[in-house]
Amino acid sequence: MLIELKEIEKTYEIGTVQVPALKKINLTIAKNEYVAIMGPSGSGKSTLMNILGCLDTASGGVYSLNDNDVSAMTDDQLAEIRNREIGFVFQTFNLLPRANSLHNVELPLIYNGTPASQRKKMAQNALEKVGLADRMHHRPNELSGGQRQRVAIARALVNNPSIILADEPTGNLDSRTGEEIMEIFETLHEVGNTIILVTHEEYIAEHSNRIIRLRDGLIERDEAMN
Amino acid sequence: MRILIYAWEGIKIAFEALRSYKMRSLLTTLGIVIGVTTVITIVSLVQGLNKAFANQISAIGTDTLYISKMPWIIRSDKEWFSYRNRRNITVDYAKKIKQSATLVQAVSPVLMTRRSVKYAGTTAERVLVVGTNADHLITANALPEQGRFLMNSDVRHRKAVCVLGWDVAKALFTNVDPIGKRITVGGRKFKVIGVVEKKGSMFDFNMDNQVYIPIGIFQTAFGARWRSVDIQVKAISPAVIEDAEIELTGIMRRLRGLPPGKENDFAINKQSMLMDTYKNLTNVLWAVAIGVGAISLLVGGIGIMNILLVSVTERTREIGIRKAIGARKFDIMIQFLIESMMICALGVVIGLLVAIVVAKIIAATTPIPAAITLWIAALGIVFIVAIGLFFGIYPASKAARLNPIEALRYE
Repeated sequence: MLIELKEIEKTYEIGTVQVPALKKINLTIAKNEYVAIMGPSGSGKSTLMNILGCLDTASGGVYSLNDNDVSAMTDDQLAEIRNREIGFVFQTFNLLPRANSLHNVELPLIYNGTPASQRKKMAQNALEKVGLADRMHHRPNELSGGQRQRVAIARALVNNPSIILADEPTGNLDSRTGEEIMEIFETLHEVGNTIILVTHEEYIAEHSNRIIRLRDGLIERDEAMN
Repeated sequence: MRILIYAWEGIKIAFEALRSYKMRSLLTTLGIVIGVTTVITIVSLVQGLNKAFANQISAIGTDTLYISKMPWIIRSDKEWFSYRNRRNITVDYAKKIKQSATLVQAVSPVLMTRRSVKYAGTTAERVLVVGTNADHLITANALPEQGRFLMNSDVRHRKAVCVLGWDVAKALFTNVDPIGKRITVGGRKFKVIGVVEKKGSMFDFNMDNQVYIPIGIFQTAFGARWRSVDIQVKAISPAVIEDAEIELTGIMRRLRGLPPGKENDFAINKQSMLMDTYKNLTNVLWAVAIGVGAISLLVGGIGIMNILLVSVTERTREIGIRKAIGARKFDIMIQFLIESMMICALGVVIGLLVAIVVAKIIAATTPIPAAITLWIAALGIVFIVAIGLFFGIYPASKAARLNPIEALRYE
């Protein structure tokens, strides 16, 4: 199994008060699934996404990713897992403003020590996949919102990660551009990528094959789509 | 390999940051610039002074001792008065020293006075007349270029002969061979037997404006019987100078009849005494350089730390992005340390350039040959690494410790 969560808990301490965000979540996701995680704000979906993306560790339970137990890893080990296994796509794109598209896409490869010539080839390849071959030397402020998100997707793809983790990827885009982005995800899914989508928009979630609904830190419903 | 790739990325990021905030980076480096300029200018100045001073006093020779009634360096009037009443040193000491000392090759007694020197209507005023013996050739390095120097027989028989310094010869004789000519020194006739090669000058003292005559004649001609004689002693080599000094002290005490326990009533002077006194002076300059340098480098370093803390805050989101896609703590740390060292490097380079210009101006307008040597430049590189690391560590580790989730959320 690609992702296996066993009794995952997460509790935040705000002052002296303990606030449970996730309460004993059990979840498995197989390779090449296209999963949407939904829920109102405060349902724990951001927390779940942070844990799935190895940005944060759980307070209790076991998370194994590709048969590696990541629950007890150090910050630096998690950084390496993020680099190798996970490609992030954020609502606000999160590109480096002073770097051009090519450099932004190269970034994950810099941190795993890929030599410069190979890095450039891989980044060009990824940008071509998202249809931005002609925007490689533009900086983010010279690109439209949709183009920026496509650069971010190229950056998420470049390292061939096990999971693409998209957090409200269309949240800052108009609906037509949003549809374009969703089409890219669909294509990525078709060629074998595993995609986890966090959203609160029903029509975005409907692109996936499986919707997991969270409420108050628990899985409310987990249903397959057609 | 990975570290190289990332260090290069760090350098590119730092360049980018410096370029984006040109004015801020320049102002940040100001403290370092002032510190480096001050330290390097003073160091090059002191080195220049050292070279100039060593050149000037090289004529004294490291293998020569000077026995006198008084030491060269007298620190107070009280000291001077106590030396003044000492018994004179007489010419015959020189002969006795030569007979009993084993570590010396030449001993010459010296008396001096300023007189005018005339030849066929031409007069040279205020020429230094030196009464001495044949050994002066060795002790003062007075090598004859023409004719010969004084010989033992000239001195023993008090012959009215003289050897001219280079400038005196040039002043009195134009297109005429001076050898064998009769000149007047202080109203007395002397026959020229030689001309000493050009010796140059030591500080303001022109060593070529001299006339050498036998010391016996000097005493009768210039009424100097009551004056204390200086004795110049050349050791057999510079290596034995200290042993020679001990030996001479013993001989002098015996000649003076000093019982054990009684203080020396003479002084043995040498080049290193001047050097020591001079070094005490330059130590003050060193202290100033270190003080000013340390303070401005400290201030500059704190400035760098401050601007880096600002930079870390400004780039919180960037740090979050980098961490999310796989940067480890160490990678972020390196990035900011490199930036810190680049700011320092900028400061050191500007400081070095300013210091080079200042050194050139000093060398051009003063007699001090101030110059920036390679090791000073090397010192600059040490500064870059040391200051950059020291003041960069805190902001860099602050950046490295940022939580990626919070950093990504930072507006």
